[in-house]
Amino acid sequence: MKNIITTVLMLFVSLQLFAQGQGSGVAATLEGSDKIYVVVVCVAIILLGLLFLLFSIDRRLKKIEKKY
Amino acid sequence: MYKSWWKILGAVLVMYSTIAGFLSSAPALPILHQSIRNLYFHVPMWFSMIVLFTVSVWHSIKYLRNNDPKHDLMAVQSVNTGIIFGLLGIVTGAVWARFTWGQAWSFDVKQNFAAIALLLYFAYLVLRNAIDEEQKRAKISAIYNIFAFPMMVVLLFVLPRLSDSLHPGNGGNPGFNAYDLDRHMRMVFYPACLGWILIGYWIYTLLFRVSSLEKNNSN
Repeated sequence: MKNIITTVLMLFVSLQLFAQGQGSGVAATLEGSDKIYVVVVCVAIILLGLLFLLFSIDRRLKKIEKKY
Repeated sequence: MYKSWWKILGAVLVMYSTIAGFLSSAPALPILHQSIRNLYFHVPMWFSMIVLFTVSVWHSIKYLRNNDPKHDLMAVQSVNTGIIFGLLGIVTGAVWARFTWGQAWSFDVKQNFAAIALLLYFAYLVLRNAIDEEQKRAKISAIYNIFAFPMMVVLLFVLPRLSDSLHPGNGGNPGFNAYDLDRHMRMVFYPACLGWILIGYWIYTLLFRVSSLEKNNSN
């Protein structure tokens, strides 16, 4: 599990490098369309945070269930 | 706490505010453009955090009054949930700032003090982990929590107003409601705040229930 998380994190790091190589194409997309995509990114961040929380609660419940 | 009507209300309000947040009309603004809709997502995170920290202080005071370990657990879990909402608020704020102020972190007073307010509550968790004896830990951290709360309020709402800030509502800037929170936006913004506060409280009750199960199991 830890290996997978590390791999995904490393992939994100490389994404950052690609984005810089293209003259920040991601930023240009976000600036376009009256900046509505900024809202989309923020909503996605909130969802990711809540999903992460859901996983952590799930993990803790699993540990409790194992005891019984 | 175990009744579910308010959870359904929270879910419905958040659903409504998300859909209406994207589809309802918003005033035409320079620089901000459509990103003004972030008001329905970024601001309720902070309001939820403040409500959760208030709940935490309430339980800390209750703990000091009756020494019931249940209230200590409630105080910790509401701080935990509040920190998550605060982190979401600060990250969405940084993204919003990147495309309106030009930089994700421009060391604006509002951003700096919000980060310090969160650090105050990180310190609360660190303090708890540093003390092994249960009653001592509960008592000291309850007292710390009662002092941290007014500090957080001052950092978020008083100090940023005293100096220049890009953030609306601070340093001579009018709040959003002064010039663009029109009738349509209010109809989405207030339900969004109430909805997210209810969802935050729900998450806190879930964390509390899980951690009290953990505690009962270990004893």
